[in-house]
Amino acid sequence: MIKRLLKSVREYKRSSLLAPILVSCEVVMEVLMPLLMSKLIDNGIEKSDMGYVWKMGVLLLVCMFASMAFGALSGKEAAKASAGFAKNLRHDMFHNLQNFSFSNIDKFKTSSIITRLTTDVTNVQNAYQMVIRIAVRAPIMLIFAMCASFYINAKVALILLGIAPVLMIGLVLIFRYAHPIFVRMFKKFDLMNNVVQENVRGIRVVKSFVREDHEIEKFTSVSKSIRDDSVKAERALNFNGPLMMASIYSAMLLISWVGARLVVNKDMTTGELSSMFSYTMQILMSLMMVSMIIVMIVISRASAERISEILNEQPDITNPENPVMEVKDGSIDFNDVFFSYSKKKEKSCLSDIDLHIKSGETVGIIGGTGSGKSSFVQLIPRLYDVTDGSVKVGGVDVREYDLNVIRDNVAMVLQKNVLFSGTIKENLRWGNPNATDEEMIHACKIAQADSFISAFPDGYDTYIEQGGTNVSGGQKQRLCIARALLKNPKILILDDSTSAVDTATDAQIQKGFAEYIPGTTKLIIAQRISSVEHADKIIVIDNGKINAVGTHEELLANNEIYKEVYESQKKGGDQ
Amino acid sequence: MPPPRGARPMNREDLKKNPISMKLVKRLLSYLTGKYKILLGIVFICIIVASVTSVLGNMFIKNLIDDYIDPLLTRATISGRDAVDFSSLLTWIRIVAVLFGFGVIANLFQGQIMLVISQNVLQNVRDDMFKHMQTLPISYFDTHSHGDVMSHYTNDVDTLRQMISQSFPSMVSSAITIIATLVGMIVTCWQLTIMVLLGTFAMIFFMGKIGGKSATYFVKQQASLGDVNGYIEEMVNGQKVVKVFTYEDRAKDAFDKKNGELCENATKANIFANILMPIMGNIGNVLYVLVAFVGGFLAIQCGVKAITVGVIASFLQLTKAFVMPVSQVSQQMNAIIMAMAGAGRIFKLMDEKSETDEGYVTLVHCKKNGEELTEVSEEEALAHKHSKDYVWAWKHPHGDGTLTYKEVSGDVRLFDVDFSYDGKKQVLYDVSLFAKPGQKIAFVGATGAGKTTITNLINRFYDIADGKIRYDDININKIKKADLRHSLGIVLQETNLFTGSVMDNIRYGNLKATDEECIEAAKLANAHDFISKLPQGYDTVLTANGAELSQGQRQLIAIARAAVADPPVMILDEATSSIDTRTEAIVQRGMDALMENRTVFVIAHRLSTVQNSKAIMVLENGHIIERGDHESLIAEKGKYYQLYTGAFELE
Repeated sequence: MIKRLLKSVREYKRSSLLAPILVSCEVVMEVLMPLLMSKLIDNGIEKSDMGYVWKMGVLLLVCMFASMAFGALSGKEAAKASAGFAKNLRHDMFHNLQNFSFSNIDKFKTSSIITRLTTDVTNVQNAYQMVIRIAVRAPIMLIFAMCASFYINAKVALILLGIAPVLMIGLVLIFRYAHPIFVRMFKKFDLMNNVVQENVRGIRVVKSFVREDHEIEKFTSVSKSIRDDSVKAERALNFNGPLMMASIYSAMLLISWVGARLVVNKDMTTGELSSMFSYTMQILMSLMMVSMIIVMIVISRASAERISEILNEQPDITNPENPVMEVKDGSIDFNDVFFSYSKKKEKSCLSDIDLHIKSGETVGIIGGTGSGKSSFVQLIPRLYDVTDGSVKVGGVDVREYDLNVIRDNVAMVLQKNVLFSGTIKENLRWGNPNATDEEMIHACKIAQADSFISAFPDGYDTYIEQGGTNVSGGQKQRLCIARALLKNPKILILDDSTSAVDTATDAQIQKGFAEYIPGTTKLIIAQRISSVEHADKIIVIDNGKINAVGTHEELLANNEIYKEVYESQKKGGDQ
Repeated sequence: MPPPRGARPMNREDLKKNPISMKLVKRLLSYLTGKYKILLGIVFICIIVASVTSVLGNMFIKNLIDDYIDPLLTRATISGRDAVDFSSLLTWIRIVAVLFGFGVIANLFQGQIMLVISQNVLQNVRDDMFKHMQTLPISYFDTHSHGDVMSHYTNDVDTLRQMISQSFPSMVSSAITIIATLVGMIVTCWQLTIMVLLGTFAMIFFMGKIGGKSATYFVKQQASLGDVNGYIEEMVNGQKVVKVFTYEDRAKDAFDKKNGELCENATKANIFANILMPIMGNIGNVLYVLVAFVGGFLAIQCGVKAITVGVIASFLQLTKAFVMPVSQVSQQMNAIIMAMAGAGRIFKLMDEKSETDEGYVTLVHCKKNGEELTEVSEEEALAHKHSKDYVWAWKHPHGDGTLTYKEVSGDVRLFDVDFSYDGKKQVLYDVSLFAKPGQKIAFVGATGAGKTTITNLINRFYDIADGKIRYDDININKIKKADLRHSLGIVLQETNLFTGSVMDNIRYGNLKATDEECIEAAKLANAHDFISKLPQGYDTVLTANGAELSQGQRQLIAIARAAVADPPVMILDEATSSIDTRTEAIVQRGMDALMENRTVFVIAHRLSTVQNSKAIMVLENGHIIERGDHESLIAEKGKYYQLYTGAFELE
């Protein structure tokens, strides 16, 4: 997992390496300082040798500025490396995401993909920066400071060597204890967020059933359990500080006891003794750092896992090796097609579909929610692959076409359609990036969108808000149809795309299709009988199977389901 | 290990919107000082003890060298090593050890007590916030994005946590340490103290400079992060459209551009943040060296007697001890500013005006004795709930002290109602209508015509500007809101289910309902069949607004939920519009059963569902333009006729 993530470091390898190297240099300088200081005290001040004090002082200042420079430079490189790493991670994820097939997309929840690309990347970025700076700094500091203290006096250094593991074990134990509580606590946070979210979204339900007190009770109980867990976890973590303090103090006391004897015995100088205290601080502090880093890594591990899931997801549908680059015509053939969303073929979503549509035909598709209508049409532009059998367009299996070629030739207006933030023109250009104004207006006229667009003060330059919230449902659908028309496709599929359009306008759109794109094969899924009744043939899909194929009149005469749907609508009139 | 809740870095906008006012600080402190005065006192004492010990710890080296090692050394040189007596040193070390012990214990206690205080305060803040949120009018939720509201509970509370449990104690202890160290320094050597102070000012100056730069870039980083996240959100939500239009490459290009920009700003922001520490640390070090240097100079060259080796050594420690809290304070400053902004946002929510409710007419159980109604206890009513003698009644205290009871029948009348959401744009004009008990009234019209608004006025989600609404001949303003809403059932187009079992969700309509009653309601709503087929039947746990169910199934549960509440008046707001016509037929049967013997207001998308209404109101731009039953409206050949024949689009 970590390896997969590290692949995304790429051009920032240099910075990623420089940062720890520079940090190491900084550490060396920092460790040198107390050493030089002890010399300055012992040989300079003690012996009243001002020349020596000067010499050492200057040397110390040099060390210091070097340390500052190294530190600042490593900070800079670390910033570059981590921000760059995050950029590459986002880049890799987003690019892989674009190669996802529909079934890949279905696997992840939209909100979860967004979190992975945003929050999770930020977490990993922070952890990475931490690692290349401090994860290197702390152990190196530990080692160098240890070496320096051994160099000064091995006996005293042994005290440090004895205390360090005690502290380390203590810290590790504390984190080992607290970590599961934290994990549990995060889950409870999610629970709390869920309660808040449900309340904010469902406030009308809460208020109309007068359930405020009930919800408050729910919330306060989660809130309390968060408090309880937080207290437990933090109670453990709060032993860190005192443990650290106790270690430092006991080290100091032990060192003074042993040190005093050594100094009296002339085995050590006072300067050396005082530098030992500095090393004590450095060593114990870096131990603290090490344990903090371990925590950081543990926390960001979950994020790293989620990111690598996206990176490792292999697109189900890829381009064939020698793709066919041209679609001959708009004929469609389903040969004994079976299809299910999950690889386990327990429950087929579509079964035994055998159907042949000639180029230029208009085909209506009727069926209840969940009957498999959408799945059926999504096989044509190869948004999903069949489980068994084959789908041919223009006489060639869709799996043999270049993906872009087949999708450019099969335009589909999805049921759950989306407009993007940008002007109407920009949205229309999704269909054809090079569309001229005339082409756009023509497409909009067919889709019966031109009249309302022209009525906007800014016309075709009207800005569409994210999600298309500033146009009505019917207008949105017509814009989506126009967008699809601009592709100039051989096959046009409308998946319940005129449900919010009134029947009169709907009829106009159908008329436009017949008039302007007679050669295009048109598949129209609809709830409304009136949307399909003039089609060349109508397919009734029920429970994943073709129940009947025929014209409006034939079906009305022979098909129960069709009759039922027709009756349910006739009773109240259309709309 | 603070939870990585992704607290937003501070930006200038926040500061501008939420200047740190004393009022805010006071209010926040009131949460702390309210219940925890004594505990806070103990914490304060602990902090003092711990800080003083740490200052002592820094003086420790001076004492060690000057008071013990040097004399011992002299002794050893004069009388030989064997004559040296270490017992006084041992005694001193023991005393210091005890002091240090106190310090450690104080530190431990401070941490333990403070965390309990801070977690309790956070719990109180969260609970108060939620409790208050529940009292807010619907208009609050209309005008605030859900994400913003949510972030009060996560980000804003988290900034508070940081401040209360970390910044606040560390500020106090820093302040004490700074003062104590300063005293220690002055006592040890005033000449060097002046130098250290000058150095510290330089440090603070640099810190401000770099911090300011860093803040500027953080704001930029935040802006481009928002940009990138927005783009991701939009593209991921429209991923299937992207596929269908083979837009992948263009999406990649656009993303790369934004991503590159973010990287640039993030790099800059982080560079400044990263170099802050080494520069600060080393200015501290420079001070450290200068102390040694100048100290040595003073001792040797100027022969200042007061400056001994011990003085210099301990002054070095003091310098470190002085510089550390100074840089800590400045680091905490940022957290405090952020927390204040967070507190500001939290208090803003808490200060939002609650729904007003001056109602005094309440809903009670009554026993019917001929025409006479006598109030009975809930237990008694529950025990006889199938008896026709026990009914709901309005308990109406009058100005003259008398008390009347009136059986709830579901008679709703609107008289010349005008309404505007914002006081500017009027959405309803002169709406009058009478719904007699058991009648079905339908509203038809385009989106924004005012259909939902009317129902929102009946249950007082909003209060009318002008006109009157009477419920069983009582002005609804006089009825307590909770009781009014208890008497109204509602099924909305957008179904909101709650995390919990199917049974819990149905019981939401009436918390006192037994399992049997819930199942009964489900049967009535035609939901029983599919619920029985769920893996765990009624115990199936629904999450994420019932994502496991189809739209139609969720709607059926919502209908069952309303059915179990058994209210005299029902409001069905586009309850079936997102279901296909065949499924709708099934749902419709459930609805019909539900509507029997009730006053019902129906808003419908498909005219088939409203055809059998007693009266149909056609709304346009807030006016009722046509009214009557289906036949008469068709005969009128007006707007309804156009809608019916499909010549006009509803949306």
